[in-house]
Amino acid sequence: MAKKKNDDINFAPRGRGTEKDGAVQKGVDLPKPTKKKHKSLGLTEDNLKAMYEQMYLQRRFEERAMQQYQKGKFGGFLHLYIGQEAVSTGTVFALNDDDDIITAYRDHGWGLCRGITANEGMAELFGKKTGCSKGKGGSMHFAKTENHFWGGYGIVGGHIPIGGGLAFANKYNQNGRISATFFGDGAVDQGALHETFNIANLWGLPAIFAVENNGYSMGTAARRHTVTEIVDRAKAYGMKSKVVNGMDVFSVYEAMKEVSEEVRENSEPYFLEIRTYRYRGHSMSDPQKYRTKEELDEYQKIDPIERLKTYLKDNKIMKDEEIQEIEDKVEQEVLDAVEFADNSDFPDESELYDDMFAEEEPYFHN
Amino acid sequence: MAELQFREAIREAIDEEMAREEKVFIMGEEVAEYNGAYKVTEGLLDKYGYKRVIDTPISELGFSGIGVGAAMNGLRPIVEFMTFNFAVLAADQIINHASKAGYMTGGQITMPIVFRGANASAGQLGATHSVAFDSMYAHFPGLKVIYTSEPDDAKGLLKSAIRDDNPVLFMESEQMYGMKGEVSEEEDYIIPIGKGKVKREGSDVTVVAHGKMYHVAKQAAAQLEKDGVDVEIIDPRTVKPLDLPLIVESIKKTNRCVVVDEAHPFAGFAAEIGFLIQREAFDYLDAPVQRVTLPDVNAPFAKNLLDAWLPSPKNVIDAVNQVTYRN
Ligand SMILES: Cc1ncc(C[n+]2csc(CCOP(=O)(O)OP(=O)(O)O)c2C)c(N)n1
Ligand SMILES: [Mg+2]
Repeated sequence: MAKKKNDDINFAPRGRGTEKDGAVQKGVDLPKPTKKKHKSLGLTEDNLKAMYEQMYLQRRFEERAMQQYQKGKFGGFLHLYIGQEAVSTGTVFALNDDDDIITAYRDHGWGLCRGITANEGMAELFGKKTGCSKGKGGSMHFAKTENHFWGGYGIVGGHIPIGGGLAFANKYNQNGRISATFFGDGAVDQGALHETFNIANLWGLPAIFAVENNGYSMGTAARRHTVTEIVDRAKAYGMKSKVVNGMDVFSVYEAMKEVSEEVRENSEPYFLEIRTYRYRGHSMSDPQKYRTKEELDEYQKIDPIERLKTYLKDNKIMKDEEIQEIEDKVEQEVLDAVEFADNSDFPDESELYDDMFAEEEPYFHN
Repeated sequence: MAELQFREAIREAIDEEMAREEKVFIMGEEVAEYNGAYKVTEGLLDKYGYKRVIDTPISELGFSGIGVGAAMNGLRPIVEFMTFNFAVLAADQIINHASKAGYMTGGQITMPIVFRGANASAGQLGATHSVAFDSMYAHFPGLKVIYTSEPDDAKGLLKSAIRDDNPVLFMESEQMYGMKGEVSEEEDYIIPIGKGKVKREGSDVTVVAHGKMYHVAKQAAAQLEKDGVDVEIIDPRTVKPLDLPLIVESIKKTNRCVVVDEAHPFAGFAAEIGFLIQREAFDYLDAPVQRVTLPDVNAPFAKNLLDAWLPSPKNVIDAVNQVTYRN
C-alpha cells in the first residue's frame, strides 16, 4: 500500500456513514414511539393529568429561571433540560418512589419530578439558604435524598459508578429497590462508564443505566464523539439494552416499567439509550453554531409536552379549559417561586463551614 | 508592545510553536470545530487542519495518555483541558506516567508534553469546578508547573513550555482569558521557565502572588499605597522550579512577607514558600511570614459565601497590616 501523504492524515472523528470530517449533522435518529394508549400502559386519566402538570412545571420553571439568569439574579452555569422533560417524567412515573435516581448537572427537571418544590429549586438557583441544597450547590447540584433523588453531578461520567454503588447497597440490603443513573451522550466516552458496566454485570447489580442522548455533547454531535451506536456499548459487557424514544412520555414510561421490573426481578443491570433533544444551548453562553435552525424546528414540532396535550384533547380526557387551568396553576407556582427565591436570605456566612464533616465541631486546617 | 487578550497571547504562542515545529500538535475537548470552549484555539483548525488540531471525546484519561505515548514516541503534544478540575481524571497519566517514565527507564524516554488549561475558580461554579491544582502537581518530582498572571508572561512561558523536553503543566484562568495586557512583539519571545518577576517595586513588605491572585495583590497594594505602605509584589510565574532567590532578595530589603495563593492552606504553595523563607532568610525577617489562602473548605455556590471563600484584597491588606504591625 502506498504511504499516505502527510496532508491526508487527520484525526478528525470518522463518524459513521457518509458524513465528512467535522460536518455538522443530525445528532440522533428517533425510534418510533409506542403505539399503546394510556390504558394498556396501565396509566389512569389522573396519572396523565399529573404527568402533564409535571412536564409543564419543568418547562415553565426553566423558562422563568432563564429570565432570572438573564436579569443577573444568579450566576454560574445554567444547563436547561427543555425538550427532554418526557425522560424524567416517564421514568419517575414508572419507577417506585423509593427507587434511587442520580443524574448529571442537567438536573432541574429530575429534581422537580422527584419532589423538589419550585420554591426549593428556584431558591437553589439563586444560591439562597432555602434552596434544596441550602445554596451550596446551585443549578448543577439539586438533590433531595429523602425522596431518593441523589442529585446532579458536574464531572462528566463521575456519577456513573456511584449509580452502581446505590444499586450495590440496595442488593446488599435486599430492600427490593433499584437504581437508575442518567447521563449525557458525552459521558459514554468516559472510562468510568466502561468499568462500571463490567462490574455491574459481573456482580448482578440491580441498576438501570440510561443515556439521555440529546444529540450533542456541548458543540459536538454525538456521531462525532463516539463510534458505533451508543446502545451497543452494552454488548461488550453482555448487558441487556434498548433504544427508547425520549420525545414521547408514553414510550419512556413503557420502557422504564418493563425494564425496571426485569432489573428488580433478576438483579441485573440494563442499559437504555433514550434519544431526545435539547432545545437550548449547552449552557447560557453557547452560540449554537453547530446545529441548524431547521433541525431544532424539527424536534420542536414533536415537542413532548404538546404531544401529551394533543393526546389529552384527542382522547377527550381534558378540555382546553381544564388544561388552561393546570397551566395557570403552574404559572402561578413558578412566579411565586421566583418571588420566594428573591425574598429568601443568602446563607449565613457561618454556614460556609457547615456540611463538611460528620462531626458537630470538625477540625479545619488553618 | 501589542495589546492582547490573555487568550490571544496563548494562541500566539501555540500558533508560533506549531509553525516552527511540525511535531507540535494540540488536542482536547472542543479545541477544533468549536474553536475552543474559551476560544483560545480559534482559527487554528483552519490554519493547521485536522492532523494537528484535534477534537477529543470527553475522555480525559484516554487522550492524556495518548498524548504521553505520542510524546514518548517523538511528538510534542499540547493537551488542553477545559479546566484542570477535569484533569483530575487524567491524574494517573500525568502523575504516574508522564512524570516517571523517563526516570524508571533509566533515561531512555523523554517526555516533551504540555498539559494546559484553566485552573482554579471561575465564579459560581460549585465545589467540583473551583479547585487550584498548581501546588498539588508541583508536589510531584518530574513535573514543571507554570501559572501566569498576565498575557505577556503567558506568551513567553508557553513558548518555553512547548519547547521544553519535560512534562509541563501550564495553567490559565477562565476569568482572565479576556483580560488585556501589553505583550512583547519581539520575534520569538521567550521567557525562561523558573524566572519570577518583580511586578511592583516597594520597600515595606514583599507580597508573593501568582496567577489570578497577582491581581488581588495588586489591588491591595494600590489601597495600601494610599495608606503609606509600599508593597513589593513578586510574581514567581513558575511555581516549580521556583525562583526562590528573587523572593529572598526582596525580603532582604523589606524584611516582611505575605504569600497569596488561591489554593487550600494545607501543604500548599504558601506553606512551601513560608518554609523556604524561614530557612533562607530567617535573619532578615521582622515578622512571621503570613499567608492568604482559601479556607480548608470546599467551594460554595452562594454568591456571598463564595465571596467570603475567595482570597480578597481585604484579606491581603489584613495580612500586610499584621506583618507590618499596623493593627
Ligand atoms: C470530566 C469532565 N470533562 C469535561 C467537562 C465539561 N463539560 C461539561 S458538560 C460537557 C458536555 C457533556 O455533554 P453530554 O454528556 O452529552 O450531556 P448534555 O450536556 O448534553 O446533557 C462537557 C464537555 C466536565 N464537566 N467534566
Ligand atoms: Mg448530550
